[in-house]
Amino acid sequence: MAAWSSTLMAQLQQQHVITALVENHPGVLARVSGLFARRGYNIESLTVSVTDDPEVSRMTIVVGGDYAVLEQITKQLNKLIEVIRVVDYTEIPAVERELALVKVNAEPKDRTEIIQIVEIFRGRIIDMGDKTFIVEVTGSPEKLDKMRELLQPYGIKEMVRTGVIAMARGARTA
Amino acid sequence: MRMSGAKILLECLRREGVKHIFGYPGGVLLPVYDALYGYRDIEHVLVRHEQGAAHMADGYARATGRVGVCMATSGPGATNLVTGIATAYMDSIPMVAITGQVRTAVIGKDAFQEADITGITMPITKHNYLLKDTADIPRVVAEAFHIARTGRPGPVLIDVPFDVAKTEIEWDPDTYPKRVQIPSYRPTTRGHEMQIRKAAQAIAEAERPILYVGGGCIASGAQAEVTELAERCNILVTSTLLGKGAIDENHRLSLGMLGMHGTAYANHAVNNCDLLIAVGARFDDRVTGKVDRFAQGARVIHIDIDPAEIGKVRQPEIPIVGDVKTVLRELLKHVKPRPWSEWNDRIMEWKRVFPLVYPRDGKLYAEYVIEQIGEATDWEAIMTTDVGQHQMWAAQYYRCRRPRQFITSGGLGTMGFGLPAAIGVKKALPEATVFCLSGDGSFQMCVQELMTATVYGLPVITAIINNRSLGMVRQWQELFYEQRYSHVDLQASPDFVKLAEAYGGVGMRVTRPEEVRPAIEEALTVKDRPVVLDCVIPTEENVYPMIPAGMSVEDMRLRENLEELKASVNSDAETWSFSAEDEVLAKVVEQVER
Repeated sequence: MAAWSSTLMAQLQQQHVITALVENHPGVLARVSGLFARRGYNIESLTVSVTDDPEVSRMTIVVGGDYAVLEQITKQLNKLIEVIRVVDYTEIPAVERELALVKVNAEPKDRTEIIQIVEIFRGRIIDMGDKTFIVEVTGSPEKLDKMRELLQPYGIKEMVRTGVIAMARGARTA
Repeated sequence: MRMSGAKILLECLRREGVKHIFGYPGGVLLPVYDALYGYRDIEHVLVRHEQGAAHMADGYARATGRVGVCMATSGPGATNLVTGIATAYMDSIPMVAITGQVRTAVIGKDAFQEADITGITMPITKHNYLLKDTADIPRVVAEAFHIARTGRPGPVLIDVPFDVAKTEIEWDPDTYPKRVQIPSYRPTTRGHEMQIRKAAQAIAEAERPILYVGGGCIASGAQAEVTELAERCNILVTSTLLGKGAIDENHRLSLGMLGMHGTAYANHAVNNCDLLIAVGARFDDRVTGKVDRFAQGARVIHIDIDPAEIGKVRQPEIPIVGDVKTVLRELLKHVKPRPWSEWNDRIMEWKRVFPLVYPRDGKLYAEYVIEQIGEATDWEAIMTTDVGQHQMWAAQYYRCRRPRQFITSGGLGTMGFGLPAAIGVKKALPEATVFCLSGDGSFQMCVQELMTATVYGLPVITAIINNRSLGMVRQWQELFYEQRYSHVDLQASPDFVKLAEAYGGVGMRVTRPEEVRPAIEEALTVKDRPVVLDCVIPTEENVYPMIPAGMSVEDMRLRENLEELKASVNSDAETWSFSAEDEVLAKVVEQVER
């Protein structure tokens, strides 16, 4: 698994990343999200986009719950006719990435500090207004959390995150 | 050949072997009904309410194993099917529901009689389709039937917009797909060889095995295999409500139904077994009660075609995913005969100590009516039921000889199911004797279908167990809500005899035991119209045994006067006794006395 600190591991123990390859049909998202709702599973995040095969979409879902819950989710997802394959990344070494846009207050006196923080996180400032920056940063969810924490004192006006996408390390594919 | 979407739809249905559609027309279905006009290969049965159509298709499917087909128009027509679709879904019944939809151009614009039926039925169908293009009809119909009948069966809905049905395209009927390939849908039918060997080993090692058989045995047609396994290994068999008939219930190895209203001996057997062989059953809460007390300490072999059922409620030691019949056949290759065991003797003792009994005090009871139906028909009649006390009495007292003989809404518990289901059965099997056991509450939920039975000349016999109340709810209020009988007294019902006559059927009323058999015999002579037998029983009668919801075998309630009743049933029965060393039995008896 990615190099998580022990505190983060504890924090995320109840979270699992799974991906579902699905037929790229209208209504598939409703089937998947509806399944989570009616079976009482908790979605932390969900991202969907088309794969290299235009007929197939890939959903990355972060779910809460213990292993028994995860097993039921995986099985129930597999039962949906339009779901081709479900992979659970809990036991698989994988790269997980998320992108965030953060609109942060940037008074002239704070700007240098903010730019330094952004550089440390290998982020970019993609919009500069009179009083605000928009910061773009990519990384693991934990890295994004940490950056949010550091920008908090300046005043975050708005933040949007894409949700996690994941890919197994090495030759293995979903 | 140039033809409309509606005509293509019918041609596809015909190629799927559809002989009957239970349906009700409406605005957006006009093209389909126009195509049905004079169409000879499929008989359309016009119902009186779309719910009836869905239950008829369901009964048709349960009786035959073939896919039942129902049809309704958009909006209210489609939503009226919902209860019937959900009923089929919960019990894994193969069904295709066809609904009309508003024109594709106005979908989502709140058009007249528009309802998002694919959205509504998403959680209660195995899959559903909203057609957008006439050219998709053959593929979608072929996939729908394939999905409905394979794997764990279930209902599939096809939503057909008006313009899709109306549009004419060039189509060659010979291009209808003969085989369906859906890459993302490949049910596992063959069980894992190693797991099957492990199961055989577990059976050989077990001291106290029990077979727990469910609806999956019926769906896969595994009566012969279940019976063979039970006989070869001398394992007693208990079935779920939907598993009735998976083994002949008159068989010496049958323990009848288990669970909330199951026989005391079946429940004691399951509670004390060391190996529970669950076959096509899903550990429903009405079976298990409190899950962590259910078959505590037993190893579990769980055979099911649906991987999601494995470990959903109970984690089995030996899971086997596959078609029940196929897996049992493989299993039988590895299973060696076992002799009759002391364990079996112990269960037989329980059977003697805690038999199913009801009062013989000159009053009329449902149990008697059910037994008389069985005896009058040599236990060959197909029985459908509604939901409530009468359903549980039927489950206890109607001893099925074979699969598909007991047709009931188990999972959803749908009142109003019985009569339309019986009509569907009769349409599928015109030679069969079909009884519907109903209650005065349930019967009035789909009573309008009596007219359908009359119009089509279908002699289904409904026995209404009439206690002038919503008996099962009443029973719970009596036992668990301090006899605060809240809105369970029906106060008045129509005169069911006159009602039957008003619908063009035959009505009869029985109030005393000696009237029952002659009335049944007379009902059996009616060949061209429905019969309603109004059986008036005491309001206070409760269903026993009962394990209260969420509790375990230790909490089972038996009839208070069990000993008296046993004596009255069989005065010359040998006096029962048991050895004091048998702690389990002693404990059980102690519970009863307490």
